[in-house]
Amino acid sequence: MKPANRYHPLQIALHGLMAVLMVATFAFGKYVHSLPLSPAKFQLISYHKWAGIAVLALVLVRILLRLAKGAPALPASMSAAARLVAHAGHLLLYVLMIAIPLSGWLMSSAYGIPVVMFGLWQLPDLIAANPELAPQLGQLHDALNTLLLLAVLGHVAAALKHHFIDKDGLLSRMSLRG
Amino acid sequence: MKKALLLPLAALLAAPAFAQQVDLTKSQLAFTLKQMGVPMSGSFKKFAANVDFNPAQPETGKADISIDTGSIALPTGEASAEARKKEWFNAAQFPQARFVSTSIKALGNNRYQVAGKLTLKGVSRDVSAPFTATAQGKTLTVDGTLPISRLAFKIGEGSWSDTGTVADNVDLKFRLVLVNP
Repeated sequence: MKPANRYHPLQIALHGLMAVLMVATFAFGKYVHSLPLSPAKFQLISYHKWAGIAVLALVLVRILLRLAKGAPALPASMSAAARLVAHAGHLLLYVLMIAIPLSGWLMSSAYGIPVVMFGLWQLPDLIAANPELAPQLGQLHDALNTLLLLAVLGHVAAALKHHFIDKDGLLSRMSLRG
Repeated sequence: MKKALLLPLAALLAAPAFAQQVDLTKSQLAFTLKQMGVPMSGSFKKFAANVDFNPAQPETGKADISIDTGSIALPTGEASAEARKKEWFNAAQFPQARFVSTSIKALGNNRYQVAGKLTLKGVSRDVSAPFTATAQGKTLTVDGTLPISRLAFKIGEGSWSDTGTVADNVDLKFRLVLVNP
């Protein structure tokens, strides 16, 4: 396999790191939301916000890397329609990786509860406190996450299809081995 | 007829005690606290204030403020509801908090210090707060900050007494807009 058929090692590392972080942050968010108010909930909400902002920071690095290093070519066997679906799916994932943390940050600002990264650095409020808008941003945050869940399931299903049905070696693009 | 006579009489009797009207639409009782290092603010929407304060004679001034603890408002409805519960303000059993001044001193440069007794959740403590007074036309705006140890008043009991989550210090920010007769 030629090196050009693989993502840059940093891109591969970020892909794996963000996959773990996003699954954890998603599950964590769902769990925290279900809890009654308690000191533990306050702490967990803070951790969830930190993780979300970390995703936002990492995806920005990832987009810069993608712009600088590009992406390896898709297998020649893929149809034009399949390529279109692949590109659209990846674009949707990038958009959601930005939009979801941003909607959470906006919600925090609207509630008047700023994000203080690691309890040390207070991030600026994106908008002024707005008690009417805050729950609506919460609904948006939730809806975008549902979309993310579907997009990630599609992403994994597509990867498995390439690996086990098409057997086109596509997954090696995102692997450090081989 | 009797009632009509009594009301002005009551007003006359009350007048010497508190010379100023408090414009409650412009006055506010807000507070800020920190949870996990995150600043959060809230306020009490309902309170009554009887204040008599003349910047030229601050030592004769007095203030009596009653706060409806159930009127507490925090950033989320869930937090507001929690704050009314037993562990926090216990608004059902202690619907009112009250501050009665004992002395007001001039600190110079338009700054003053008010001392008094704060009764909150059945606990009375001596507290003291600096404030400024700004005159504009017929109104006198009093702005100050009263630092409170929430645990001294048993605000946040049980698991909430852990200051690692919600800090002990709460700054009560008061703004009273007094209208001179």
